[in-house]
Amino acid sequence: MDLIEQYGPMLLRGFGVTVLCWILGTIFGMALGLVIALVQRYAPRPVRWLIQVYIEVIRGTPFLVQLFVLYYGGPLVGLRLDALPAGLLGLTIYGSPYFAEIFRSGFRAVPHGQIEAARAIGMAEPAIIRRILLPLGLVSALPALVNFSIILTKETVILSIITVPELMYQVSRMSTETFRYVEANLVLALFFWLLVETISRLGRRFERRITQHLIERT
Amino acid sequence: MQASSVEIRKVNKFYGPFHALKDVDLSIPPGKVTCLIGPSGSGKSTLLRCINFLEAYDSGEIRIDGQLIGYDSPGRKMTGRRLREMRRGIGMVFQQFNLWPHMTAQQNVAEGLIRVRGLARSEAERRAAEALAKVGLADKMGNHPARLSGGQQQRVAIARAIAMEPRLMLFDEPTSALDPELVGEVLNVMKALAAEGMTMVVVTHEMGFAAHVADQVAFMEKGELVAVDSPQGIFQVPKDARIQNFLRTYHERNSF
Repeated sequence: MDLIEQYGPMLLRGFGVTVLCWILGTIFGMALGLVIALVQRYAPRPVRWLIQVYIEVIRGTPFLVQLFVLYYGGPLVGLRLDALPAGLLGLTIYGSPYFAEIFRSGFRAVPHGQIEAARAIGMAEPAIIRRILLPLGLVSALPALVNFSIILTKETVILSIITVPELMYQVSRMSTETFRYVEANLVLALFFWLLVETISRLGRRFERRITQHLIERT
Repeated sequence: MQASSVEIRKVNKFYGPFHALKDVDLSIPPGKVTCLIGPSGSGKSTLLRCINFLEAYDSGEIRIDGQLIGYDSPGRKMTGRRLREMRRGIGMVFQQFNLWPHMTAQQNVAEGLIRVRGLARSEAERRAAEALAKVGLADKMGNHPARLSGGQQQRVAIARAIAMEPRLMLFDEPTSALDPELVGEVLNVMKALAAEGMTMVVVTHEMGFAAHVADQVAFMEKGELVAVDSPQGIFQVPKDARIQNFLRTYHERNSF
């Protein structure tokens, strides 16, 4: 009981930071991923090639290493960030190639004929992207987007190593101060389960809503 | 209604080493129905798709009302804007309907009027309703494509094209993906359109439609335009052995 009284507020604050990091990291990561996917689709070959290198490098290295490079290596090239902004930037960069690939496959799932139908009546490419490609591509991509967002929740624990005061950071502090490792890690597990369950339920509900007109009912 | 004419001169198209269209010449007179028939893979659809430049031809000329489509001069592709302007006057109907599944029938028809013609939403919706009434779907305006039969979807697709007030309509096997009992409703809409004096180019396997509605029938095989004639000339007294052969196979398949 004393434990809850003493560490409860701290853990809750940590959970708050975790949720904040997850939400912002997901939004920024998705936004960057979407831009990358669109550039990959329309840009000339050299640009596409450069972006492919970016995708391979980010996907091919551990998040931990990327974060170290950003936080401890950044100042060497004049990039001085506090822990939280560095963590958010790290999450954004780390997630972007995965999101980009998810969007790319979503776009590929849009039947080419529906794009041709738009071209045939004289629609311009920006209108085709906004009115046809994006809405239909996003629907196909949604399950994978939710799935990767859930994976990202658990990557936030790595931010603790650059001292972002999120849940993992608080849990480690509690463990080292009280030696109550089991309880502390149970709290961690419980909070994450709560977060992930909420996200997947919201995701499923959203998916049902946006696909209701697309499914043939007899 | 203003109706376009199309002049196709010495058109060639390659897919890598495959010669898909070989020196094709064809005149499509204004206000008439031209049917393209022939075995699968003969280049009918490719030729049709070259007319609105969904497919780029490699040499030769395709002129719509005298204007070259796709190129400013031989070998120099026209800008996207010029091409879009020319496409505004050309409606196209696809084998797979290609309606946008996230929009209702009315929204499908109104979309081009809003984005391409720049009409206000209310005016676009009014015209969309008119076009849908014309194809007999006034009561289905609020349905999404998933809630329509194949025949209804294809009629929405025709409404989407004619709402743009084209001077030329291209049909790429419009009834090939339909259940047999739904073919008639689509052909009837097309006949009505032909009766209004629309220039129509129709790739089809519906020999009945070609025989009764077409003003001229073009037979293609292996990328070559073998013959252009009246329906009578093609179906009653075919001169070329390849046409006779094609029609014999067709009759054998359809007799029981």
